Amino acid sequence: MVKFEDVWLKYRHPARQSDAAAEALRGISFDIPEGGFRWLTGPSGAGKTSLLKLIYLAEHPAKGRIEILGTEAAKISRRDAALLRRRIGVVYQDFRLLPQLSAYDNVALPMRLARRNETQIHADVTEILRWVGLENRLHARPDELSGGEQQRIATARAVVARPKLLVADEPTGNLDDEQADRLMHLMLALNRLGTTVVVATHNMELVQRYPAPRLTIEHGRLTHAD
Amino acid sequence: MRTDPRRRADYLGLREALGDMLLPVLVAAVSFLAALAMAGALASATLAARWQGDAAAELTIQVPQPQAPDAANKGTRLDAVMNALKAMPEVADPQVMSAQSVSALISPWLGADPAQIGLPLPAVISARWTGANPPDALGPALAQLTPGTLVQTGTLWASRVAALTTSLQACAAAILVIVALVAAAVVAVATRSGLAQRRETITLVHALGALDGDIAERFAARITLLALAGSAAGAVLALPVLAWLAALAAPFTGPAQIGDVFNLPPALMFALPGLPAAAAAIGWGTAQLTVRGWLRSLT
Repeated sequence: MVKFEDVWLKYRHPARQSDAAAEALRGISFDIPEGGFRWLTGPSGAGKTSLLKLIYLAEHPAKGRIEILGTEAAKISRRDAALLRRRIGVVYQDFRLLPQLSAYDNVALPMRLARRNETQIHADVTEILRWVGLENRLHARPDELSGGEQQRIATARAVVARPKLLVADEPTGNLDDEQADRLMHLMLALNRLGTTVVVATHNMELVQRYPAPRLTIEHGRLTHAD
Repeated sequence: MRTDPRRRADYLGLREALGDMLLPVLVAAVSFLAALAMAGALASATLAARWQGDAAAELTIQVPQPQAPDAANKGTRLDAVMNALKAMPEVADPQVMSAQSVSALISPWLGADPAQIGLPLPAVISARWTGANPPDALGPALAQLTPGTLVQTGTLWASRVAALTTSLQACAAAILVIVALVAAAVVAVATRSGLAQRRETITLVHALGALDGDIAERFAARITLLALAGSAAGAVLALPVLAWLAALAAPFTGPAQIGDVFNLPPALMFALPGLPAAAAAIGWGTAQLTVRGWLRSLT
């Protein structure tokens, strides 16, 4: 489902010579089976977000082999990569909601990009907004929502198309305990329905509350894998 | 329930990112120039066709010793040439120029009254050639009849007019090419500006699974609309200027044809509506290439 084999990631520094690059990830190898749930833990700056970017195809590895949903990432065309991304839901740490769209339309965006019909979009979007407790905030623009509400909209957008793989980067960072629990229940419910879930967090209390296998990363290296 | 449909459809926010009037105004300006260049090319072609025809048809025949007896001793050499010309169906309206007209022609070189010098002046006959083929055989035929007779045709001038026309049309074509390149550059700059303004949004929809073609199509649609509007405005604004130029050229081009709006050549009236279509095509193609090239920088 998600397989990394000796994966290295380097970020090129624009101001330096082309051979100068910072190594964000070094020799990462792990395997998450279909329907698995993994916590991705580690201190800030350890490389959690970089690893997630490789999973949701936002970066190319400098070295190594990555397989996502049974597809080798390096061997697919741009079009197939786009179609593969539609099967991956992503909750960004900084939400990345489109400011000109309402909460409803932000959540509906992945389905519209996939050219689903509006009837199905309406049913799925209203259901998921009810799940995240924002059924009364359909019209609100992101700048009219609190940080926690934006986080929940971002989560709703990530899961509305029922992705086969859900990747979340600090999804509970802006939520109170009640909302964080509600979100975790949503992700666990999706996981029970067959979605593979990877959640990055440095909130160890949350990890202990919802026990699951862990990948721990420190200084770009995988130091622990269940 | 939801955001208004226009805003929803424009999820990239291109109405704002590509919302200022700079692009349509610049496209209007280049379209205006293109309209002038097209008018120049068409006008030079029209004038050249007319002038070439006139010049090529002109015949000037010099008969030395016009009053000397001809070879058959039946009349003067001038009579022999005139009779021969009148007998040729391709020669129209042969007329012997008066002595005053001939004197006026050569007075710049020989003074106000060349007859006083005592030079033997030839008789000069003017005529028009109506044959389909060039009058190449006319000179030798007349020289055989009355030795020394010279025939000058307007083919030299016609070839010069043709060369001038070709160079004018080449200039107009070069201007059109430059104008098209400028339009493409303007569109590329506007598109890149829009991409820069919407970088985060595009990165997001790309990550959500938008195809390169979908994103490029949205930019291309917006740019095409702006280019179409700008170019149409430029073409409309060019109409009065073209009408004024057509009025200036009217003595050379002859009366306007029935149905000519603003006294413009029909070919121009057909070509002008093509300008917005060409601008739209340039806008669409340039936006597609620019956006797709930019998207290549994303994984």
